[in-house]
Amino acid sequence: MGLVKYIARRLIILIPELWIITIIVFTLIQLSPGTFLDQYRLDPSISRETLQAMEKQLGLDKPAVVQYFYWLGKLVRFDFGYSFYYRRPVIDLIGERLLGTFVLSLYSFVISWIVGVVLGIVSALKKYTATDKILTVIAFSGLALPGFFLALVLLYMAARTGWFPIGGLYSPETAKMDVWSAFKDIFWRLQLPAFTLTFGSFAGLMRYQRGSLLDVMNEDYVEFARAKGMPERVVIYRHALRNAINPLITIFGASLADLLSGAVITETIFSWPGLGRLTYQALLQKDYYVVMASTVISTVLLVIGNLIGDILLAAVDPRIRYE
Amino acid sequence: MESILSVRNLSTWFFLEEGVLKAVNDVSFELAPNEVLGIVGETGSGKSITVRSVMRLIHHPGKIVSGEMIYRGRGREEDIAKMSDDELTHIRGKELSMIFQDPLTSLNPLYTIGDQLIETIMQHQDVDRTGAWRLAVEALDKVQIPEPEKRMNSYPFEFSGGMKQRVVIAIALSCNPKILIADEPTTALDVTIQAQVLDLMKQLQTEMKTGTLFITHDLGVISAMADRVMVMYGGRQMELASAEDVFHKPTHPYTHMLLRSIPRVDIKQDSLESIPGQPPRMIDVPDVCPFAPRCPRRLDKCSKELPKLDEFEPNHYVRCFNPVEPGGDLYV
Repeated sequence: MGLVKYIARRLIILIPELWIITIIVFTLIQLSPGTFLDQYRLDPSISRETLQAMEKQLGLDKPAVVQYFYWLGKLVRFDFGYSFYYRRPVIDLIGERLLGTFVLSLYSFVISWIVGVVLGIVSALKKYTATDKILTVIAFSGLALPGFFLALVLLYMAARTGWFPIGGLYSPETAKMDVWSAFKDIFWRLQLPAFTLTFGSFAGLMRYQRGSLLDVMNEDYVEFARAKGMPERVVIYRHALRNAINPLITIFGASLADLLSGAVITETIFSWPGLGRLTYQALLQKDYYVVMASTVISTVLLVIGNLIGDILLAAVDPRIRYE
Repeated sequence: MESILSVRNLSTWFFLEEGVLKAVNDVSFELAPNEVLGIVGETGSGKSITVRSVMRLIHHPGKIVSGEMIYRGRGREEDIAKMSDDELTHIRGKELSMIFQDPLTSLNPLYTIGDQLIETIMQHQDVDRTGAWRLAVEALDKVQIPEPEKRMNSYPFEFSGGMKQRVVIAIALSCNPKILIADEPTTALDVTIQAQVLDLMKQLQTEMKTGTLFITHDLGVISAMADRVMVMYGGRQMELASAEDVFHKPTHPYTHMLLRSIPRVDIKQDSLESIPGQPPRMIDVPDVCPFAPRCPRRLDKCSKELPKLDEFEPNHYVRCFNPVEPGGDLYV
C-alpha cells in the first residue's frame, strides 16, 4: 500500500516538474536567434505576402507567451502540435522514428550493461593483475574516445572494406525481403551504430561496478562471512556482489531516460532514422513543437526511469522502504 | 593440561612498495582450553594481525612468512598455517570463530539475522533448514536477545549496536567453536553496553569452555576478562604472564608505562600520564628492541640487539635487557 501511494505521489509531482521544464525549454528556444521562417526569408522567390500568410498560419505572429499557452492547451489533450517543417502532426513523426531509436538504444543498452557489469566484476576480482590492467585500458579508451570520432573511423572502415553497410536502418531492398531476411539485414545494419554507443557507455558502467565491488570487498561483513567459514564463492556472490549492485541500480534508472534521446550524434553520422536525429534537426530549423515534444518525452522517461530505479532499490535493499 | 592452540614463531609481513612492514614478528604463545588470553598493545602493535593470522585472514600484500599454528581441537595436531582454502572453510566458524571490532559493520545489511545465522549453521552442521532455524533461535536466546523467534526475521539495521554485537556473538558461537577470537569486541560500544556485552561473553565463555583470544587496548577490560595477558609492541611480544603478574608485578618498562597511563578515579590527577613519543612505523626496522627509542631504562645495547623473550620468573616471560624488578622503580 505504501509503495502504491509513493508511486502515485511521484507521478503527481511529475506534472509541475514537466510544466516548469517546458517553460524553460520554450524560453530557451525563443531566446536563441532566428525563427523557422528565416530560411524562407532568404529565398527571393518567396513573396512577403506568402511569408506573412505562413507566419499567421503557423501562429508565429502571436507573442511567445500566447504561443506557449496555445501549445500547453493542446498538450493537456495529448496533442503535440504540428511540425512546421514536415507539415504533419508531431505525434506521427515521433511514432515513425520511435522504432528506429528504440531498436538501436535497447540493443546497445542491453549489451553495455551485460558487458560492463560482467567485466567490472572480473576486473574487481582480479584487481591489479594483467587482466585488470588490460580491461582498465580498454575502459579508459571507451571513456576517452569521443563517440563521433569512433563513428567516423568505423564508417571509414566500413566504406573501405565493404563488410558493413555504411548507414541507414533499411536497405532499398528491405521492402521486398521476407521477414527473416529483413530482420537479418536490419540486425547487420545495427552493428556499427550499436558498437559506437556501447563502447562509449559500457566503460563507465564497468568502472562503477569495479569500484563498488572493491569497496564492498573491504567491508567487515565480507571478512566476517569468511570468518564464519563461508567458501569464497559464497562470500563473493552472496555477500559482496549483492551489496555492490545498489549504486548501479541508481544509474540504471537514470540511464533509462537515454533510451529514446541519447544517440543524437551516432544517429546523425550513421543516418539512422531515430528520434535523436529528428530532434537535432528540429532544433536547427526552429521547429518548436518537435523539440518540445521530444523534451516532454525525455522528461517523462527520466522521471519514470528514476522511479523504476528507486523501486528496484527498495526491492533489493531492506533498509529502503517507501511510506 | 595440553593447550588447544600452539602458535610458534609466527611472523606476518606486509610487502609494500615502501618496504617490508613486519607487522607480526616471531610471536609464540599457547592457549589452553577454557583459558582467556588477553592481548594488549597500542594501535599498530600487531595484535589484530596476530589473531587474523590464526584465522588465516591475511590478504595480499600481507603474508604469513613463517611459523606454525598447531590446533588440537579435533583429536590430532593440525597446522593451520598449512591448511588449504577448502580445509579452512571447515575450521573457520566451526572450530575457530572470530568477532570483529565494529558490530555495526559486521553483519550484512541485506540479509535477516536469521539468514545469517542459519547460513553459518548449515555450513558446518548436518541439519536441514528447520533444524538450523531451531538452533539459530537457541543461539539468539543464549545471547539474551528478547523474543528470538520474532527477531529472526529482522534486519541488522533494526538492531541497536549492543544487540548487533550480541547477534555477532551468537553467530560466532552457534557451532560451539573450541576457540573464540575477539578483536576489540566492545570498543565501538558505549560504556554501559560494553559492560553488559563483556559480562555476557565471560558467562558464555565459562559455560562453553571456549579458549579465547581477547584483544583490546583497554587494560580495564583485560583485567576483567583475561587469565593470562600478552603485551605486544612493534609486532613483538614484550611480556607474557598471568593477568595478576602483569597487573601487580609488571616487569617490562612498556607494560609499566601502559599501566601508569590508565586514568584513575581514586586519585585526583591534573593530567594523564602518557608515554612520550610515537609507536614506530614497522617498515624495514632492524632487529633491535622496538621500544628502545621511547624507553626510560634504555641501555646502549637495546638499540644494537634484540633481547630474547626470557622466563623472568616461572611462567612470566619478558623481552628486556633491563627489566623492572618487582616493586622496583621504573625510572633509573
